[in-house]
Amino acid sequence: MSTLTIDKAGPSRKVKYGSMSRDRAWALRWSYFFLVLFAIFFLTPPIYMLITSLKSSAEISAATNPWWVFHPTLSNYAELLTSNQFLRFFWNSSIVSIVVVFITMLISIPAAFALARMKFWGSATLATGVFLTYLIPDSLLFIPLFKMLGVVQDYTGITLLNRWYVLLFIYPTLTVPFCTWIMIGYFASIPKELDEAALIDGASWLQTLTRIFIPVALPGLIAATIFAFTVSWAQFLYPLVFTTSIDQLVLPVGITTTLIKGDVFNWGQIMTGALLGAAPPLIIYAFLMDYYIAGLTAGATKG
Amino acid sequence: MADVALRKVVKRYDDVEAVRGIDLDIADHEFIVLVGPSGCGKSTTLRMIAGLEDISDGDIMIGGDVVNDVPPKDRDIAMVFQNYALYPHMTVAENMSFGLRLKHYPKAEIKARVTEAARLLDITDLIDRKPKQLSGGQRQRVAMGRAIVRNPKVFLFDEPLSNLDAKLRVQMRIEIKKVHQKVRTTTVYVTHDQVEAMTLADRVVVMNKGRIEQIGTPNELYHKPATRFVAGFIGSPAMNFIPCRLEDVGGALQIRLTDRIAFALPPARAARYNALPRTDKLLLGIRPEHLTESHAHLAPGVETFDTVLDVTEPMGMETLVYFGLDGTPVCGRVDPNAGAKDGAPMRLAMDLNNMHLLNEETGVVL
Repeated sequence: MSTLTIDKAGPSRKVKYGSMSRDRAWALRWSYFFLVLFAIFFLTPPIYMLITSLKSSAEISAATNPWWVFHPTLSNYAELLTSNQFLRFFWNSSIVSIVVVFITMLISIPAAFALARMKFWGSATLATGVFLTYLIPDSLLFIPLFKMLGVVQDYTGITLLNRWYVLLFIYPTLTVPFCTWIMIGYFASIPKELDEAALIDGASWLQTLTRIFIPVALPGLIAATIFAFTVSWAQFLYPLVFTTSIDQLVLPVGITTTLIKGDVFNWGQIMTGALLGAAPPLIIYAFLMDYYIAGLTAGATKG
Repeated sequence: MADVALRKVVKRYDDVEAVRGIDLDIADHEFIVLVGPSGCGKSTTLRMIAGLEDISDGDIMIGGDVVNDVPPKDRDIAMVFQNYALYPHMTVAENMSFGLRLKHYPKAEIKARVTEAARLLDITDLIDRKPKQLSGGQRQRVAMGRAIVRNPKVFLFDEPLSNLDAKLRVQMRIEIKKVHQKVRTTTVYVTHDQVEAMTLADRVVVMNKGRIEQIGTPNELYHKPATRFVAGFIGSPAMNFIPCRLEDVGGALQIRLTDRIAFALPPARAARYNALPRTDKLLLGIRPEHLTESHAHLAPGVETFDTVLDVTEPMGMETLVYFGLDGTPVCGRVDPNAGAKDGAPMRLAMDLNNMHLLNEETGVVL
């Protein structure tokens, strides 16, 4: 009897079985569409670079299909990797980026800890101020910075301009504010009771930072480190302005100044140099990607 | 181990006074519970004892020494937090030994203390796990373990059971009591749950609006509340407060609740209240268990009246009955077999030997 009543009621009602999964299927289709679109858009330049880097100068200037390598050669790679000049750029970039990361962390971690935890007069305003400094573009800052360093150089007699190590003072103006800002967010998401417990357990502020906050906030620190490294590695304007001698240049400036002679573009080597230059950040991202994403998102929500 | 004393302790945030001059003496080995509604200043008081909040005025003494400006780490106290506050990157053993390691205790002693505390709290098997892998109750045990290994002068508990479910809370309550019976460390415990306060405390401190309303043993607070706040806060269901007035009828003192209902006071009570002016502004305080079903052999001082029940709540061992007296909601506790039904008339008995009389304006129990 009961089945009969269900059968009767059945056709009169319109029930869309599986409408949820149908919605989901459409959402996924659109997601894939746009993801593929973006992937094509962003991957085309590096692929073009790779193709060009495998061609000889003759083939690059020949009127053949630019998207295909007819006579692949590694001569561009061989030439760059045996050129002392290119290796010098690479070395300059590496030492500058690594030291800048170190300096940035040395300043940002204690600064973020103080601003997030040690409530003092004006700490909230200061935290916002730190972020605002990040918003000022480097194209506005380089002239006054140049002037300032010139004055310092004249006053102290220490040569700063046209030396690679001047970048160690300049780059942190870009990296410290942002790294401090994301770490303030990360430290703020750590429950207050944790440092109170450490305080009662007998830890000093420094011990609370080194033994509790840094280990707990490690994903955030790694995210900040990657950021600082990428910014230092890819920075173009400051080294262009502050360094001019060939042996003082870092990679991005070095490639563009030495491989473009007048109006002659050595495209094969430029592309090779750019690809080789992109390798270190790529490798670091590949290894630390999970940490990076966890670090950027974890500070936002209280877990 | 030490005694703790608070002398006129005040906490001000800008122009708000969170704690308004508290005096409290806590004896060595004593288990004191601070209880009150949220915002009454109980947690602030605890945090001032811990040294996590500066005090605005007054003195706090631990073991006879004024510790007003002593940082938390030098007060020799241990605290258990509501959200456990375990270090997430350390194992249970590392969590418990963190304080000792900071003080550079010898490794052998640290191990011995951690092992002993773990045994006491029955967490020996969990010693190598991370907090993430533990349940709420286990985390709370570890937090207590972290306090015990330090062997401090004073234990401070800040609502330690509020994050646990009801069943576990009862279980952990018993655990805390057992631990205190074993280690006998002076304990200050903050909770908003009056049942926790009553079951754990040697003495309960009831706080309200930054002041201490009453200090006493659980029984004293229950049977001899000093104010309307304490009378209403301690006990569940809460004490009934019924507007009433005193009348002289033929040389005897009687209490009138409604136009219909008035009772002669038992002699002891009459003598106590006789001197009061016959003002209107009085409240009869009577606990639900002193409002029961009527039966044939009533003791002296127990008076009966008829009413119509609004709602009944069978609890199993008893039935709670709700009715109105001139618009005042009243709750009574009757035998489950007394035949109480929603909307039905019932004859109830009020035990006036256990009544309280309060001044409605001041809230003071007379």
